[in-house]
Amino acid sequence: MNMISPQRQRLVVIGNGMAGMRTVEELLKRAPQRYDITVFGAEPHPNYDRIALSSVLAGEKTLEQIVINSRDWYAENGIRLIAGDPAVAVDRALKTVTSASGVRLGYDKLLIATGSKPLAPPIPGLGLPGTCAFRDINDVELMLEAARNHRRAVVIGGGLLGLEAAWGLKRRGMGVALVHLMPTLMERQLDTHAGMLLQRDLDKRGIAFFTNGQTEQITGADRATGVKLADGREIEADLVVVAIGIRPNVDLARAMDLEVNRGIVVDDGLRTSEDADIFAVGECIEHRGQVFGLVAPIWEQAKVCAAQLAGEEEAAYVTPALSTRLKITGIDVFSAGALAAADEADEEITFADAARGVYRKLVLRESKIVGAVMYGDVADGGWYFQMLREGTDVAAMRDTLILGRTVATAALGAAAPDPNAAVAALPETAEICGCNGVCKGAITRAIAEKGLTTLEAVRAHTKASASCGSCTPQVESLLALSLGDGFQKAAGEKPMCKCTAHGHDVVRKAIREQEIKSIPEVMRRLDWKNPEGCGSCRPALNFYLLCEWPGEYVDDAQSRFVNERMHANIQKDGTYSVVPRMWGGLTSAKELRAIADVAEKYNVREVKVTGGQRIDLFGVKREDLPAVWRDLNAAGMVSGHAYAKGLRTVKTCVGSTWCRFGTQDSTGMGVQLEKMTWGSWHPHKVKLAVSGCPRNCAEATIKDFGVVAVDSGWELSVGGNGGIHVRATDKLCKVETEAEVLEYCGAFLQLYREEARYLERTAPWVERVGIGYVKRRIVEDAEGRRALHAKFLHSQQFMQDDPWAERAAGGAVAEPFKTLVPAE
Amino acid sequence: MDGMVVTGHWTEIGQVVDIPRQGARVVASRIGDIAVFRALDDTVFATLDRCPHKGGPLSQGIVHGHAVTCPLHSWVIDLQSGEAAAPDMGCVKRIPVRVEDGRILLSLPA
Repeated sequence: MNMISPQRQRLVVIGNGMAGMRTVEELLKRAPQRYDITVFGAEPHPNYDRIALSSVLAGEKTLEQIVINSRDWYAENGIRLIAGDPAVAVDRALKTVTSASGVRLGYDKLLIATGSKPLAPPIPGLGLPGTCAFRDINDVELMLEAARNHRRAVVIGGGLLGLEAAWGLKRRGMGVALVHLMPTLMERQLDTHAGMLLQRDLDKRGIAFFTNGQTEQITGADRATGVKLADGREIEADLVVVAIGIRPNVDLARAMDLEVNRGIVVDDGLRTSEDADIFAVGECIEHRGQVFGLVAPIWEQAKVCAAQLAGEEEAAYVTPALSTRLKITGIDVFSAGALAAADEADEEITFADAARGVYRKLVLRESKIVGAVMYGDVADGGWYFQMLREGTDVAAMRDTLILGRTVATAALGAAAPDPNAAVAALPETAEICGCNGVCKGAITRAIAEKGLTTLEAVRAHTKASASCGSCTPQVESLLALSLGDGFQKAAGEKPMCKCTAHGHDVVRKAIREQEIKSIPEVMRRLDWKNPEGCGSCRPALNFYLLCEWPGEYVDDAQSRFVNERMHANIQKDGTYSVVPRMWGGLTSAKELRAIADVAEKYNVREVKVTGGQRIDLFGVKREDLPAVWRDLNAAGMVSGHAYAKGLRTVKTCVGSTWCRFGTQDSTGMGVQLEKMTWGSWHPHKVKLAVSGCPRNCAEATIKDFGVVAVDSGWELSVGGNGGIHVRATDKLCKVETEAEVLEYCGAFLQLYREEARYLERTAPWVERVGIGYVKRRIVEDAEGRRALHAKFLHSQQFMQDDPWAERAAGGAVAEPFKTLVPAE
Repeated sequence: MDGMVVTGHWTEIGQVVDIPRQGARVVASRIGDIAVFRALDDTVFATLDRCPHKGGPLSQGIVHGHAVTCPLHSWVIDLQSGEAAAPDMGCVKRIPVRVEDGRILLSLPA
């Protein structure tokens, strides 16, 4: 297919790994026609992301997902890939490469990218079945196989690689012990304090540590059975993973008589010192005395080497500053530069919050950051690292620097650096939206090509920030970077939706002050752009009117989202799920029997216990809903409102009735709360819980309103959430009687109903208005509290009719559930 | 454009008043469920009851103007053309419908 034109030179690449192939990619960008390229790879796979092997081990990615360049990519770019057949000899005089199977090819330029080998210390027993390194797909497959068939693993090595191996095996269900030669983990990236925090957290997750542990022997005859340490400790194991480090793979280079020290010695142009036609990149090289194991400098090498191969002889490699992150879900570690002061002229600033497990240390030299170690909260790692790389003078914010970007730059006033800089510094391939897998490049291209100017438009076109929304600030930064002054982040409250320029608060105020009592009237008086609104604003307006005019406003079913209109939860196949209420999580044989009968009679496809202590029946057809409800009603059950932006459940523990630790009747308290609050509509769903003692088995501290019993009364707290952003409740106050619990709860819920924006949970609402405000209204203002509680009870008079019973009885309200049949 | 479903005879399926304004009812047919919508201005539309995105029952969505928002993932479908509102791309099959003396007639496959 490819005619070899006389101008094209032959480039042979030895090594099909990340460094070699990144160099080829960079070369194709610069000079796509310059070379005919052949790649020899020892592994029988296309090029994959070796860094992501730990994610494959932990079950977060599949092997397919970590392939960087598929075989099609090689074909499309006219590259010949010889995989599974390593190059074994190079004749520099004849300029030929020979593979293990005897393939022999001539080259004009040769690129060596043979990477590294795992360090294999001379431990007796290493090499037995059941021992492996953690370096390639083969190792991972071996580890996964062991995890399926065996129980115990020992990982030797407490650095980045060893820890990720240990965590992956733990995630796969093995019991894991980790042996580390040094007293603390990751001692090359972390100081002692951060290393200890890391060990404490991983210990909590069930990894057993043997620090100061020198492995003397891997025991076993036909297969590894354990590890023996020099101090006599012995650990049983079915799998032993040795992950103590890597060393450059220089065997071939040595045989070629190239200059080899620890790695293949290269100059600033990535040329080997002996032969100007031979280049080397990646973990196999040594540049100015340094060898490499992290990806950032290797990408830089790939760029420089490709430029050299493309004829740009001035391109020179300089090792960039390095930073490290550990890839263990939920454990955040950041490290860059120096770990500690080198001498008296250096300064160390530290910050530790033991309760939150947060630790930071900065090392300063002549008012510049030369090192940063962070544990727990690493959000500002990128910011510190950027200042470290750029040699920013931090004297002006020295006092607040350790507190992080927000505080430090606020203290600086006008001199604050551009908040978009961190996003600007990200590479195009950096993932911005984790939910939908959207990278920075895809967003900036969509902004440029489709002329997008708003967050909404970016969401619509790319799905970035359209799911959980936690990347919204980054997406807004990208808009600002792309559009400059053309992007104005909405000031103050954003409009409710595209139908209006008004925000939620303005609309509610108008409803109250102008006494507006219907949706069409709101739209008319407030100049709605779409005369009938949309699927977003109509449910909001319906709630605001319902909340403001209880007993007066007639609920508009056609402005309800399907779940609230049908009083059941729609599922992805268009069927519904049905959850009857179980007061405080209590049920009875009679109720369970009725549920079982319904499940059989209506072919319920799945019966599941919910997190809110009730039972969910899945796969009910729309037409069957009223009949299902009729049967449940007959056994005394009512709607659980599991579909509502309203009161869902009151979770309880068994309390003093049964539990030897219980201090109060938490179940009874929960039932009372549920009887008071069921049927109430809210801006979003609302969940309550009551625990009978501070052990808090009902998880009351991640609920919207949580009650925890103590000997002397009840602790009340609000604004918790167990969803995307887990948030523990803020303490409200302590009260003594059950009547007070009811009063404070009703008042809090009424305040939330009246003042939060539609679809705003209590957690973000409490954060927005501040717990201090909530306390002033609910705790300090007794008269106001009683008035709010009274308003709540007044509203409830109109709400506590079972919507199921009404529809199960037939009549007009049952009509929408029926399917029409054409007259034949 | 999808083109209408090519059909034979007109079949009565009910009265306009059977459908709430800004609402819909489902009609069973040989080609699957059909959603029959009644807009606020009493215009009646009929489409297959399957969103072009992931098959959500459009009949259960919120109707606004001559459009419906799908209950599953909030695609907005224009009831006149059957097309999804930009930037989403897709089209739902429309069923010919006519109203005579308050009775709704669909043209269904014979």
